[in-house]
Parts: sequence; C-alpha cells; structure tokens
Amino acid sequence: MDLRIVHLYPDLMSIYGDRGNVRTLERRAAWRDIAVEVRTCTAGETLDPEWADLYFFGGGQDRGQHLVGADLASANGAALRSAIAGGSAVLAVCGGYQLLGHQYAPQTGPVIPGLGVLDVTTRATKTRFVGDLLAERDGATLVGFENHSGLTTLGPAAVPLARVTHGHGNNGKDRTEGAVQGAIIGTYCHGSVLPKNPWLADLLLTWALRRRHGAVALTTLDDREEDAAHDAAARVARSRR
Amino acid sequence: MRAVFATWAGKLTRVLLVASRRGATALPGLVALTLEPRLLRTLVRGLAHGVVCITGTNGKTTTARMLAAAAREAGWSPVHNRAGSNLDRGIVASLLADASWGGVAQGDAGVFEVDEASVPRVLGDLSPRVLVVTNLFRDQLDRYHEVDALARRLGATIATLPPSTILVLNADDPLVAFLADRHRGTVAFFGIDDPAIGGTERQAISDADRCPRCHAPLSYQRVVLAHEGDWRCGACDFTRPPRDVAATRVALAADSVTLTVAGLAAPLRVPLAGTYNAYNALAALAASRALGIPDTAALRALATVRPAFGRQERLEALGRRMRLLLVKNPAGFDAVVSALLETGQRPRLLAALSDRAADGRDVSWIWDCDVERLAAQAEHVVVTGLRAEDLALRFKYAGLARERMTVVAGWRAATQAALATTPVGGELVILATYTAMQAIRAELAADGHAGRFWED
Repeated sequence: MDLRIVHLYPDLMSIYGDRGNVRTLERRAAWRDIAVEVRTCTAGETLDPEWADLYFFGGGQDRGQHLVGADLASANGAALRSAIAGGSAVLAVCGGYQLLGHQYAPQTGPVIPGLGVLDVTTRATKTRFVGDLLAERDGATLVGFENHSGLTTLGPAAVPLARVTHGHGNNGKDRTEGAVQGAIIGTYCHGSVLPKNPWLADLLLTWALRRRHGAVALTTLDDREEDAAHDAAARVARSRR
Repeated sequence: MRAVFATWAGKLTRVLLVASRRGATALPGLVALTLEPRLLRTLVRGLAHGVVCITGTNGKTTTARMLAAAAREAGWSPVHNRAGSNLDRGIVASLLADASWGGVAQGDAGVFEVDEASVPRVLGDLSPRVLVVTNLFRDQLDRYHEVDALARRLGATIATLPPSTILVLNADDPLVAFLADRHRGTVAFFGIDDPAIGGTERQAISDADRCPRCHAPLSYQRVVLAHEGDWRCGACDFTRPPRDVAATRVALAADSVTLTVAGLAAPLRVPLAGTYNAYNALAALAASRALGIPDTAALRALATVRPAFGRQERLEALGRRMRLLLVKNPAGFDAVVSALLETGQRPRLLAALSDRAADGRDVSWIWDCDVERLAAQAEHVVVTGLRAEDLALRFKYAGLARERMTVVAGWRAATQAALATTPVGGELVILATYTAMQAIRAELAADGHAGRFWED
C-alpha cells in the first residue's frame, strides 16, 4: 500500500511548526509499512489534481497569505478544488484553514477570496487569541496552541471539528474549534497538531487511503509518547485558564 | 529630583536583592522606571562615548559581550546589561548598579543588548551612536508574532533615528539588509565571504524565501544558516550589499573560530565554536570600528572573550566535562547543533524544554528545528523540563530509538541521570531553553559545580 502527500506552499505557509504535521503523517504511515511519498507545491508551480491522496496546508504570515490567495485564484485553485471533489483529504491549519473558506477579510485592504471548499468565513480583528487550546470531539480530546487574530464563522455545510473547553477556537464566542466538511479538516491548532493528537492523524490517514485503496483498517501503534505529550499539553491548557 | 528618588529606590532594591543572594538583573530597573519613566534618558546622557544597542533574534548577548570587552581593552569603562536582561528594566538595572546615588551613571559608554520587540519603545530614550542588528529569524511566535511584522516595526523605528547614528547590519540576512533602506545615515555591513562556508541546499526554516522589496523568490549562491547567505533577488535589483567587514576565510574548530578579515593585521580568533559565532565576532568588530575602537584592542579582547550564560559555557562535574548550549528558536537550535556536530562527535545529551514566558509559552518551534540531524548522531539523550513529553515526542518522530532516550522528571534527577550516563572523562552536552538552563545551572551550582549565573 502507498500514500501520496502534497505539502502546499511550504515556503509561504509554514511558520507554526507545520513540518511536524507532515512528518507525523509520514512516520505513522511508514510504521504501518505503507510507502509514503511527499511532494511540495508552491505558488507558481503546477498542481496535479490526480496525484495526491492528502494535502497539508499550513499557516503563514500576512505576506504569504496574499501570495497564496493570488495563486489559489489561478489554475492551482481549480486543480485543488477538483482534487477535493475526487476524494483527496486535506488538513489545513490557521492561515490555510482560512484560505479554504469563502473569504478572508483583513483589517485593512481588499478581501482575499478563499477557495470556498469549506463553508466558513473569516474576518480579521484587533484582538489576537494566543494560548493553549483544549477541545472535545466524540470522547477524544484535541490539544493545540492557537495564535490567530482572524475570527472564523461556520456556515451550515461545515461542522465543528471539536468543542472548546479551554481556549478560544474559531471565534471565541460559540465554543467551536475548526471545521470538517467531507474529507477536509480545518483547525486553529498548531503546535504541531498531529503529533500530539494521533487519533486525528490516523483519521486523516484513513480518509486519504480510502481514495485509492478503499476502506483500510489501520493497525494500532504504541502511542505512549504521543499520549504523554497529549496529556501534558491538556494539563497545561487546563491550568492556564 | 524625581530621577534621584527613582535612582535611590532602584539602588536600594538592588542592595536588598544582592544581600539576599538573588540576581538583581531586572527588578531594580523595574522599580526605578515605575517611579520615573524617563530615567533611562537621564542616565545615559552622561556616557561620553555614547551608547551602542545590539538587537536581532540571535547573538545579541554574545555580540554585546564581545563589544564590551573590546571597549574595556581600549581603556573605556562600558556599562553593559548582562545575563540577558534586555528589556528597558534590565538596561536601567545595569546603569543603576554603577550609578552614583545622585542619579549619575558611572562609566563612559553604554553597550546594551535590546530585546527586538522592545526596540521601538527604548531606542528613542537611548539615542544610540551605533545600532547593530544581528539577524531576524522566527522566534517565539506567541511573544514576537511574525518575523515580517517585527522587521516592519524595526524599520519604522530606524526611520526615526538621526543620520548621525551608524547602523551595523548583517549583509547575509536579507531581512536585516533591507533595514538599510530606512536609514538616512551611514550603514556598515558585515558578512561571510568564504565560499567554503555554507551549502547550496535551501534550509527548511528559512523565513526569507522571498525578496523583502518585491516579494519575488530570492536565489542563493550559498546558504549559510537558515536564510543567511549569499542571496539576490531574481526579479528586482535588490542584492546582498557590499560588505564593509567581511570574513574571506572562516576556520571552524571544536572550540574556536578563526576569521581572516580584510584590513586586519592578524587573524581574528574567538574561543567560541560555530559559524554563528563567526557572525557575532564580525558584528562586534564592525561595531567596534564604528565606535572608533582600534582593531588591535578588538582583536585582543575577542581572543579572550568568555562565553555568556549558556552560550557554550564549559563546566565540570564528577569528572565529566559539560558544555551548556542555550536554545530559544529554530535558527538558534540549528546553528548550535551544526556547531556541535561539525566536530564529528556523537554527543551525550541532557535536553530540556520548558514553557515559561522567557522560554516561549508555545513549544511548537521544536517541530521547525532540525532534530533529525541531532537524533541521527546522538549516543543518548536524557529529556527533561516542564514540557519534557513534547520534546521526547519530537525526538521520537526525528527517529531517535527508544533505548537511546530516557525521560526524567525533576531537574535534580535529570541532571544526575545525565551525568550517570556519561563516562568519567567524557562530555555531557546540555541543550536547554532559558529557564530550563537556569534551573539546571542552579542544580549544578548547589553542588558547587558552577557559579551563579549573574556572578559573571
């Protein structure tokens, strides 16, 4: 069995330890004897919509966000949209999450149109949510560190990834964190999110493998280090609020 | 009158702290500044040779230390904020330590490292004769936010400086070189011109893939550290500026760096390892020239400079040698690890990650570090710190085998375990974030293996 991953815009959208997410997907597949190939695609290069099973789209600085927004408005945006329609899975963090939505409205300057594959809208504000985050989803817990000034609101087609118990999440108001729509997951958790939330990494792997290999039951891994780091981060999130 | 009162209050705080055997690196300054916010301006006015400020992400402390040593060697009496107290309160505290009770600073020059986020607030008060910017990398994002925004704020502050200020900038860092555009006065650039230093491969953590002027991709002839190197923009005419202080040859040894610099009578040798210390030495030399300190004095001073807190400090305990390496951000981590592995050894490590404010609350930066390279070479790692579990997980995904790693809670237990895994006569490398290093050093001090950190 093999898995193909594309890291989108690694030079422009990779400031929050995002490499760790790709590394985690790579390792957790390899530990199960799944052959992994990771490619990168950045602004100005040509995205092949047929190739990848899984896309990772990280967070960036404002400058990166503008350049990426422009690239997504070109053929690469259409290619990514068609890849998603073809069943590829996506993990998008922070800036990447915002750009998969309908639009990102900065405090000043023109609105950056998003890809529109996630039914979410983001508006920049003056306040910045910085800190440890803890959220719940179907008995699992999500830990991460958030650092964003964009407030994201979910539309009816997107469901929250998790429910915030400590921290701010999408907008600091409705206790939602992240969004799920089809095989796309968006989140404000970096830190990196996947190493400390192995259940989320495995969920993405399952969705990604489904595209070319059908339903795959992943073997169980010895996650004692993952669980220890998850619990430590959860303790920190609980103690700081 | 208010300044005198504030000085008294600050100095009294210091006397009390020192009497209780605690470090007085910031609190006296905080007390005095609360009473008189303009105290900094008053205190620096009397410094005859003026003030030098050193800022940037990495290398501030070591560069400032080198420059203060050069000033002393030239017969000056510099006031210097030590122990990494680089916010306004730390600078005031250092001035108060030497000030008369009447509020007059002693000494004749100020050599201050300034936290890059504090620059906009304190630069006006310090009116520096020379401002050094070492480099700009992604740092603790929860505190400094994005490096682009930091560079913009720094540029805006530089635009307010009078033309008489001399700017000393790293030509090899495009984000730093770009700051020259904002200055109306003289700029002196330093850089490494040795074609043998650096490779051609782009490094994953680069924060300047794109031209700061036109946003087109930059191209590199040579990549030295992160985005430092020999760069040029592929689209506009922005290129690495000509170097006023250039190392044409850099010889890296296990415990030192030797630089051949145009215009210097003899090679410049510093007893600190690593390419990043070559940059620090070049920054110090460029600044010392900008101040009019003779090269001979700078050469002598740099040859005997002692490492600052956790910057390649060497200690001994129970027959083992120890090397203390402070790490704070991905670029610093990679620079320190490169210097460590350049010697070809397989290090035994005590690695400590904490998440107090001075370490950065957000520990995600460890995922941007090239831990893979370290894991491939490490003989054994004892992992500790308030976020030991995060660091252990990072080592796991970097490929370090479980049997090569032990997670030990508690500073004392971890330090003892790390020493126990190191054979007598061998070396233990201690890689730690700021407060973790303080805690480990305190353990070593309690057993008489090290002085207290502010006693340098």
